[in-house]
Amino acid sequence: MAKLYSKKNKTEIKMNPRDETISFILNYSKALCVIKYKNLKFEALQN
Amino acid sequence: MQNKLISDATLVSNYIQGDESSLEILIKRHKQRIFSFIYSKVYDRDVAEDVFQDTFIKVIKTLKRGAYNEEGKFLPWVMRISHNLVIDHFRKNNRMPKFDNSGEFSIFSVLSCDTLNAEKALIKEQVESDVRRLIDELPEDQKEVLMMRMYNDMSFKEISERTGVSINTALGRMRYALINMRKVIEKHNIILTN
Repeated sequence: MAKLYSKKNKTEIKMNPRDETISFILNYSKALCVIKYKNLKFEALQN
Repeated sequence: MQNKLISDATLVSNYIQGDESSLEILIKRHKQRIFSFIYSKVYDRDVAEDVFQDTFIKVIKTLKRGAYNEEGKFLPWVMRISHNLVIDHFRKNNRMPKFDNSGEFSIFSVLSCDTLNAEKALIKEQVESDVRRLIDELPEDQKEVLMMRMYNDMSFKEISERTGVSINTALGRMRYALINMRKVIEKHNIILTN
């Protein structure tokens, strides 16, 4: 039988982050507020 | 389906304008690729979650500060951030190796505390007091040499000078002292181990 020299297909890992992580990021985004004053930028978490 | 039609660039722009739902669409669109990329590097679910979270915190801060330069390359930019954070993670861990103690190898089998626990300290005290009593039973000349050698840490030369006997005599007294002590220990079945 002929040998196959082709490279094996890499098995791609398909994973998703947990829902809690996504939820945390979205909440963080909603809470984060950047206040601009002249040339300065301040970050404030409104939680 | 509607979401697919909106380009990343538009979503990013909308998000910067204050539309929070755009970020949700962006995350949902790219989460699998980004998370799988991070996981393929760190091979630890929890660490991957942390890096993923930190990546988006950085993305959010950059976008909200208006520091993002839109060139239509949102995903490669996020991937670059996550890649840098993965490198940071490995750098940090190299500096401070972590043992999670979850495998067969237990770090506590290698690391031990030198101080005795209460029970062992008590036994040690008893053993030492038994040895003292045995020494007290020895003839005076043997006892003198043994005390100087074992408790005062003197050399046999110093002992011979102090007691006025030859080194050989001091050595002989020490030898007899030990023999006598062993005899008593065997006779009375005294256990002197901790």
